[in-house]
Amino acid sequence: MTPDWRWDFALEILPRLLRATGNTLTAAAAGYAIALILGLVLALAQRTKWHSITLVVRECVEFIRSTPLVLQVFFVFYVAPQFGINLSPWTSGLAAIGLHYSAYLSEVYRSGIDAVPRGQWEACRALNLPLRRTYLRIILPQALIPAVPGMGNYLVGIFKDTPILSVIGVAELMQMANTVGSENYRFLEPFTLVGIIFLFISLPAAGLVKLLERRLRLAMGL
Amino acid sequence: MPIWDFLRTYSPALAAGTLTTCIEFLMATAIAVVVAVAMGLAKLSGRWLIRVPAIVYIEIFRGTSLLVQLYWIFFVLPLFGITLPKSIAGFLSVGLNCGAYGAELVRGAIEAVPRGQWEAATAISLSPGVRMRRIILPQALSVMLPPWGNLLVELLKGTALVALISVSDLMFEVKQINAMTYLSAQAFGTALVIYYLLARFLITPFMRWLEHVASRRLGKV
Repeated sequence: MTPDWRWDFALEILPRLLRATGNTLTAAAAGYAIALILGLVLALAQRTKWHSITLVVRECVEFIRSTPLVLQVFFVFYVAPQFGINLSPWTSGLAAIGLHYSAYLSEVYRSGIDAVPRGQWEACRALNLPLRRTYLRIILPQALIPAVPGMGNYLVGIFKDTPILSVIGVAELMQMANTVGSENYRFLEPFTLVGIIFLFISLPAAGLVKLLERRLRLAMGL
Repeated sequence: MPIWDFLRTYSPALAAGTLTTCIEFLMATAIAVVVAVAMGLAKLSGRWLIRVPAIVYIEIFRGTSLLVQLYWIFFVLPLFGITLPKSIAGFLSVGLNCGAYGAELVRGAIEAVPRGQWEAATAISLSPGVRMRRIILPQALSVMLPPWGNLLVELLKGTALVALISVSDLMFEVKQINAMTYLSAQAFGTALVIYYLLARFLITPFMRWLEHVASRRLGKV
């Protein structure tokens, strides 16, 4: 049995899906921005001189990384109001996805910082640079540039995880496909188009990250 | 409601959900491993008729999100005359999704085996099948086991999505409890902890143990 693919219906719903794709991209970008900043905080928090803080932060990162994003989205959305914080689906979705990926990005930052040669730290100490300048001018630039491909992979990852936000009603691509599908009782075209749109964005993006990785490796003479 | 009363009242539902999650996890893992090995080897094949389908499969499943694949398999596949029960559609899509990531791990690990090993095996005239099975794969296995540990945690997290096609796994049960009682913090919090315990105290130690066994059999320890 072959299903009847209707081109006219596919073309009719495409503009609505493309508009929703804009929302998906916005969600991915905003979530990623949160993750970039929070991830750096989590990475630096593991480098204080207090060992106990390192252990606690490590365990939190592990916890966030090994529990499902969809559950975290529900948790933020339903539990925050009980503490008097009323969040819209958009805000809680972005908070959850940003938090989730900040755990991953903190690992990228951490391995980047660990890869900076010891001599750089010693040179900073020898020059009597204050800690702030040591990090901002010496360590982080060297740590972050090799970490760029890893960070790029998580940008693609966050984009592919945004459909999960549809469970709390964020009007992104998957949610729109669901709406369009149930309005017309046709799911073949919307769901297939969603898959194609995802491929069209994530494959070139992944290719770009790979290209960037090769460029960086050449530029650093590896 | 204090957490102890909550646990006492809802432990049967939570236990049933956890069991379903574990079953979905095991079935999806089985599919992922089989598909990953098959597709990883196929991608390395010299014949394009074998290589191209593997590449297409890997790129499609890595390029779209799991939720899209799950909905497609559950809602669209019936239009092609293939109607799957929801629990099978659930672990099938999670398994196929992670299998695509696993295939890249298999391929990378096989390529990481030093060329000399291939040449030596050829020099003592082992057939390609024996060379792969006895020489290359055991060494590739010890290279790929650590990333497989991470992948299996990702797979466990992926199984939470099957709740969205109403497979009654842990995620589904706590959603129900939340809808009935509004005890959101207890319900979702307990589920988070259970997923964490499964990942950190079952999957991770098991994979560590496998890594240990694999490296000992290669005579590395």
